[in-house]
Amino acid sequence: MKSRVIVITSGKGGVGKTTTTANLGTALAMMGKKVVMIDTDIGLRNLDVVMGLENRIVFDIVDAVNGHCKLKQALIKDKRFEGLYLLPAAQTKDKSAVSPHQMKNMVNELRKDFDFILVDCPAGIEQGFKNAIAGADKAVVVATPEVSSVRDADRIIGLLEAAGLTQTVLIINRIRSKMVKRGDMMDTGDIIDILAIDLLGVVPEDEAIVVSTNRGEPAVLEKLSRAGAAYRRIARRLNGEDVPIYSLEDPENIMDKFKKILKLAR
Amino acid sequence: MSLLEILSRIFSRENMPSKDIARERLRLVLVHDRASVSPEFLNSLKEDLIKVIRDYMDIDEEALQVNLENEANSIALIANIPVKGFRRKA
Repeated sequence: MKSRVIVITSGKGGVGKTTTTANLGTALAMMGKKVVMIDTDIGLRNLDVVMGLENRIVFDIVDAVNGHCKLKQALIKDKRFEGLYLLPAAQTKDKSAVSPHQMKNMVNELRKDFDFILVDCPAGIEQGFKNAIAGADKAVVVATPEVSSVRDADRIIGLLEAAGLTQTVLIINRIRSKMVKRGDMMDTGDIIDILAIDLLGVVPEDEAIVVSTNRGEPAVLEKLSRAGAAYRRIARRLNGEDVPIYSLEDPENIMDKFKKILKLAR
Repeated sequence: MSLLEILSRIFSRENMPSKDIARERLRLVLVHDRASVSPEFLNSLKEDLIKVIRDYMDIDEEALQVNLENEANSIALIANIPVKGFRRKA
């Protein structure tokens, strides 16, 4: 299979890029794919802690790019899945330590060994963003159903287009079905209308994400996590499978309906 | 929905669900963002305008101004095109 380089970006910080990268990477590895996740947030390294791999870092992306080590030496092998690797960001350097050209070369070298290369992009639209999108085939934009996040997503989509990335898709993260139902949160349709791009998936707000981040175990490993289930389905879509998208991706709705039916029957 | 929520909904801004307010505000802010993102946008519009109008009248191309202006609830495209004369039409 041809390898795919996918950048996960958003513009705004705190909307769930790193969580999305960790969960999609893990879910794809669960499906038997060879996956490497690259943390490009130089100076603000985080993907390592979300993955629970922070104690195993020896070399980082800047070491690899500048030839202080071999690229393979900087890759950290995940303890849970055979084909899952992390290339951590440097914590002490700044964003200019890597150039888009170097990034592109490195990504192309990784294509030889991996099915999926997921690039976790830093917030913002400066150097770090330009590095992260260099060499990507496709972009996944993460947005939450808030005015500020959707606005930044729109800006990012424009910048991606200008950079020649036309296959951009959207993940709507942290949607709360109860708020949507009472008209206090924009729904999937509203956001897709405004941004005019294809939807890759919807992830419900889920406390399990906080717990899984506390533990360093991505939520896709939790059978009962609703967000984890949503990410598992998104990973299958990324792999080209035809998995239907529910606008709320919220199995609780089905349970609610079930409870109502039980009540009516009594 | 609690009584407080119902009351606040009744007396809130035009009784609108807050998501509709969010959507409307986004729509407006994005029209402006998208237009101002590239400085080339207004320039290329200006050039195309000149091309079309040139067939009908003689305009002062140097003084031509095209701008997007924010009004209370909408955004307007304002073009100020000084006319020097009209072409004689056959």
